[in-house]
Amino acid sequence: MPFTDNFLEVDGCKLHVRRGGSGRPLVFLPGASGEPAVLPFMEKLATRFDVLVPDNPGYGQSDEPAWLENIHDVAYFYLDAFAQLKLENVVLIGASMGGWMAMEIAVRNTSRLHSLMLVSPAGIRAPGAEPADLFLLPPEDTVRRLFHDQSLAEKRLAMPMSPEAIDLALKNRHTTARLAWEPRLHDPMLPKWLPRIDVPVSIVWGAQDRILPVGIAHELKRLLPRAELNVIEACGHRPQEEKAEQFCELVFRFACK
Amino acid sequence: MQIVLFHLMPYADLDLAAGRKNGTVWVTLPNRNFDPERGHRLYNRYLDELEYGEELGWDVLAVNEHHQTAYGLMPSPIVTASALARRTKRVKIAILGSALPLRTHPLMVAEEHAMIDVISGGRLITGFVRGIGAEYHTFGVNPTFSHDRFHEAHDLIVRAWTEPGPFAFHGHHYNFQYVNLWPRPYQKPHPPIWIPSQGSKETIDWASHPDRRYTYLQTFSPVKVVQRYLKSYRDTCAGYGYQCQDRQLGWAVPVYVGDTDASARAEAKEHFEAFRNVFVKMPLEMLLPPGYTSRESLKNVMKAKAQMFGDVTIDQALELGLFVCGSAETVTKAFESYWREMRFGNLLVMCQFGTLPAELTRANMERFARGVMPRLKALN
Repeated sequence: MPFTDNFLEVDGCKLHVRRGGSGRPLVFLPGASGEPAVLPFMEKLATRFDVLVPDNPGYGQSDEPAWLENIHDVAYFYLDAFAQLKLENVVLIGASMGGWMAMEIAVRNTSRLHSLMLVSPAGIRAPGAEPADLFLLPPEDTVRRLFHDQSLAEKRLAMPMSPEAIDLALKNRHTTARLAWEPRLHDPMLPKWLPRIDVPVSIVWGAQDRILPVGIAHELKRLLPRAELNVIEACGHRPQEEKAEQFCELVFRFACK
Repeated sequence: MQIVLFHLMPYADLDLAAGRKNGTVWVTLPNRNFDPERGHRLYNRYLDELEYGEELGWDVLAVNEHHQTAYGLMPSPIVTASALARRTKRVKIAILGSALPLRTHPLMVAEEHAMIDVISGGRLITGFVRGIGAEYHTFGVNPTFSHDRFHEAHDLIVRAWTEPGPFAFHGHHYNFQYVNLWPRPYQKPHPPIWIPSQGSKETIDWASHPDRRYTYLQTFSPVKVVQRYLKSYRDTCAGYGYQCQDRQLGWAVPVYVGDTDASARAEAKEHFEAFRNVFVKMPLEMLLPPGYTSRESLKNVMKAKAQMFGDVTIDQALELGLFVCGSAETVTKAFESYWREMRFGNLLVMCQFGTLPAELTRANMERFARGVMPRLKALN
């Protein structure tokens, strides 16, 4: 299923969106390192959905708009983007930083949403489950912590970094700092409003997540009691990559209802 | 030339092995390594050293701000500057500087500096900094807003010092309905403002602007870098259409004066190397958090990583001009030669560094004050 690169302008910000497949729209918001390539999970989801994978504002090939100062700006931006794209009945999936964005979108307005899937999202904190310090870890350590299966980490670390990839990594890192430096990777006000989310919610977490420990999943489930919780064994912070088959099955089962 | 005695007040009793093992003495070195009784002795020793600086003839005593680190024990330079304000009579007192973006309430900086200026009868030199990268980790302040917060806090403080209050200040980061400083500063229009920096075009453009003409201090850099940035400051002034005064430039550097070149080197070696290779050291991610510098500068540092983050011996440091050390004659000649080339009006010497103990620090200060300072003061 081929994906095409699309650029649109929303709120004065150029947004890069990879789009492929057909069916109900599925928007996948990536995490702090973005999704710079089309991965097998995207291909598989595209067999049953119209899959849109944007580079979040401030990330990847999207602009860094001057107005981008906090996570709330991202939420209003995406609500405008969904309206501009005339998306209805959207399956919104957010991973890591993207999961935080997805929650901030959904507490504001679910009228264009079919359902919400949160894949090891940032956004809330849980006592005793401290996230890794992404800003202090050497970059190689961060990559190792992304995966349970270290051969995946080694494979990624073995890939040479082009100057363009270094620029993108620095850009992504800058935006993550802007949105998540303090309070670190969460919005203390978010739990207050999570009960506003009135579409089905699925929480997916790797049991061996060493970026955002699985303890946060249980806190999120407590805050969203009607949500389903799927903890994937032998899996790190990126179920969509490390357990792509299982991840896609979860999406199909949850979002094709 | 004006001669400044600059002190970092490091935790000189540090277990160096613990610092090395942790990879840095900043942010993450467990504070069980700090012993309050040793701390008590060190603070009083260091304050005595600064006070002795007045007796020995220094023009200015300087303190600075660092947080949660063995590198410097002055999270509040206000405390040390206040102590000096009461124990000295003639000498100027420089705070180099207060880290503005770290403050949630910069009016407090305006108030504290004004208090010291009034208590000391106008002997305060104010310095403003952004804080180093590590401090964005220790203080949690978002480094991507560092420049914005610095400029906004600076504007607020200078207005608070100079404009009749009460007035309202509405900024993007700071908002105050009533700005109405009690006390107002002693000096008119306000204490001189110095800007310590590791060198950046943006800082130079801003500090040298005709509206400000702030004194620019290049700190702890290889002498080639000092030359480059001081020249850049002069060129920028010329670009603005005025001639840079020597008093607008300063250089901060650790110095050790011994009886001979050989004895100076032998006495300073382990203490300088502890300073450079333990106290200063930190990983790139700590030094330059996102947004603290432009991404272009960050990439340049990444390229020079091996050189910047590796160990430096005393001989390499002398070669680079990171450190000035020798007999009084050698040190005098070195500074005379540098001065002729760069014409900095302020020389900030750090006579205690790393683990340098009290006796050697005092001997260093005395040899500098007697054998070096008079000739440097005469340079004009």
